[in-house]
Amino acid sequence: MEASEGKSKKQGASRLCCLCNQRRPVLKRPKTLQQICKECFYEVFEEEIHQVIVKNHLFKSGERVAIGASGGKDSTVLAYVLSELNRRHSYGLDLFLLSIDEGITGYRDDSLETVKRNELQYGLPLQILSYKDLYGWTMDDIVKMIGLKNNCTFCGVFRRQALDRGAALLKVDKLVTGHNADDIAETVLLNILRGDIARLSRCTSITTGEDGPIPRCKPFKYTYEKEIVIYPFITESFSLHTYAYFKKLDYFSTECIYSPNAYRGFAREFIKDLERLRPRAILDIIKSGEDFRIATTTKMPEQGTCERCGYISSQKWCKACVLLDGLNRGLPKMGIGRARGGVNGDHQKETKKPASAARSLESKQCGSLDF
Amino acid sequence: FDMACNSSGCESGGCYGREKENGCKVVDVKETVRLCVKCKSNEPMTFGDGGSDDGRFCAECFRSNVYGKFRLAVTSHAMITPSDNVLVAFSGGSSSRVALQFVHELQVKALKNYEASRDRSLPVFGVGVAFVDESAAYPSLSGGMSDAIELVRSTVLSLSPPEKDLHVVTIESVFGSESVEARDRLVKLLDSVSDETGKEDLLLHLKMLSLQKVASENGYNRLVVGSCTSRLASHVLTATVKGRGYSLSADIQHVDARWKVPIVLPLRDCVWQEITRLCHLDGFDSLKTVELARHPQSGINDLVSSFVALLQEENPSRECTIVRTAAKLTPFYFNKIPETDDSCVPMATQRRLKKFNLKYDGSMTTEAFCPICNGPLNGSDSSEDESDALYAACCSSCRFQILPQEPSSLDHFGSLLPHHMISQVKHHQKFDSQTYLREKIKDCLLLDDEEAV
Repeated sequence: MEASEGKSKKQGASRLCCLCNQRRPVLKRPKTLQQICKECFYEVFEEEIHQVIVKNHLFKSGERVAIGASGGKDSTVLAYVLSELNRRHSYGLDLFLLSIDEGITGYRDDSLETVKRNELQYGLPLQILSYKDLYGWTMDDIVKMIGLKNNCTFCGVFRRQALDRGAALLKVDKLVTGHNADDIAETVLLNILRGDIARLSRCTSITTGEDGPIPRCKPFKYTYEKEIVIYPFITESFSLHTYAYFKKLDYFSTECIYSPNAYRGFAREFIKDLERLRPRAILDIIKSGEDFRIATTTKMPEQGTCERCGYISSQKWCKACVLLDGLNRGLPKMGIGRARGGVNGDHQKETKKPASAARSLESKQCGSLDF
Repeated sequence: FDMACNSSGCESGGCYGREKENGCKVVDVKETVRLCVKCKSNEPMTFGDGGSDDGRFCAECFRSNVYGKFRLAVTSHAMITPSDNVLVAFSGGSSSRVALQFVHELQVKALKNYEASRDRSLPVFGVGVAFVDESAAYPSLSGGMSDAIELVRSTVLSLSPPEKDLHVVTIESVFGSESVEARDRLVKLLDSVSDETGKEDLLLHLKMLSLQKVASENGYNRLVVGSCTSRLASHVLTATVKGRGYSLSADIQHVDARWKVPIVLPLRDCVWQEITRLCHLDGFDSLKTVELARHPQSGINDLVSSFVALLQEENPSRECTIVRTAAKLTPFYFNKIPETDDSCVPMATQRRLKKFNLKYDGSMTTEAFCPICNGPLNGSDSSEDESDALYAACCSSCRFQILPQEPSSLDHFGSLLPHHMISQVKHHQKFDSQTYLREKIKDCLLLDDEEAV
């Protein structure tokens, strides 16, 4: 045992890395609190993700896979790690970057720059789709109209469809998103709080939408957000460019500027506190979500197609069409909360009113893509 | 003419909302008289606790609402039937006080009916009270404990006729005696649990064991626990964050018959606010000094309580939504009163229980249980190839937060656990259904021990 020399040493500095027992530890791993060195960290980080991919059969060789790239830390690290693992373990995947521009000034424009840089760095082709192109509305426009209460509902619904449309455009076989363990744990909690048993049964699945247009999977399902944050700092081969940009991103934080009013905030804070007390609680929440005894009959709503745009929908019109219809008719509350009348309620066709002075956009068709 | 205001936000029962016509002054002839919205005759109660529904009901109607929920739970789940002997777990806290009160009132009514009936066919169920002294685990409680017990005693005395036995037991009684050795053993056991939350939870399991012991040793066949909606809401979240999602649905139903003495939760559908208001109404406040149930929580349980309190502020129906969501999870076969071949159960009761499918076939045991928390084990939890029987038998949550992390300490830890917990472990080494079933039916077998295979 080395004698401490009266100088205050960082705890563990006299010990060795838990995993390799050779090098000096530089950090305490958030997931397990193990004291490990830099090399072991990125090795175990990447290896765990590789194991998740293999054990859950996420990909097949030859698949065209689109990475949902927001430019935030999750998707940046995802792009890097996935292309690394693809190369190292010969997954045989054809990887693309797919980015959605919601049209939020001061937020998305900056992160899109990252994604463009990612394209150059990793040689991954990039496609950017904007809400403006797809729907005729930017999030800024929407917030101007509806305020800050239900804007996240709009954004979420539109983004989900946008990713699917983009994927269809690129003719990809699968979508991957950077949802991490913290995200999924948070979703489990929110679904309990909101009483959404159907969503609760689906939200822990690592792959969803296998019977829909584009299946999507979450390789980061068991990866801690804190570790995703640490990774770029630790990994030397992570380009300095990204590193520098990454630091700048922290400035804008990964929070959307409209998010302070989102309900998710409660659950997020709670999870952070929980993690401090017991790091494995995040995985325990996910485990609980997987183990909940939910009757299979509650799981799948009947799946049809939207009459207006052809996207998959359990109702007459898909949610995006309902929301858009509301926006275009100056009825922003439509589609929010419980369905009462309207298209998906009693199917009443009202006579078309002349466009209001405030918003005279023609309602855009959702697109005529064949799903 | 009277026109009650129909707006939902209007709290008073008899306000007069009239349109002003052409600017003419409309003068209200009567002052707004507040009336109970239910009986429309008495003045409504104001509790001033900032809660919902304040000032809507009179004291009687409020009370009958809450009692009504209790009685509905009891009858629709066959919690208490005439031939039962019911033990009420009383901690001194508000919830269990209300449970005790309501059970007493139910018993009084049954006694009245019995005395009035000609044939006296339906007996009156018996009621006992149990109080667990946890001062061995929480030394800070020992100072006020004797006063607390006196208060408990006088409370139970005041609730007669019919008379009720009071059983005061220490938590170390799970070890078979209430000696100094037992107390020491408890302290040693708790000290060997390094996780704060694990320690708290282990104590809860031990408390339940001691209640079960009192109940079965004194001939009770039901254990009444005063858990209300709010407590269950916290439990839903603590179970979720501890990875106990599989067993959660077993814990939050009205009936939990995993145990030798089935547990019933008649206040499951009442919220904390109703409980505290009722205590205030009935003058149970004095028992706040006996609020021993509120011993300090730390760690995860405390974090969840604070979180739920925060959510309640933001939306007062959140607790109900949480429990309602969890109630949609599939319960277990033992979440019903078990079928017993009890000849002293009145025919009418038997028929009724059968008709509404309120019982289950007790021989239908398909689950294995964790020896420490008695949670049903999920298939994925079992790890084969485990050298230590105790480790292999426990659920993953107890393994992490209660069992010692060092494999070499497991044996010693096992020796500290109460016999009842450990005795199950032998069965779980390898879940041998043959042996298990034979265990269940051995009372009926005519073979001698030597002849048994």
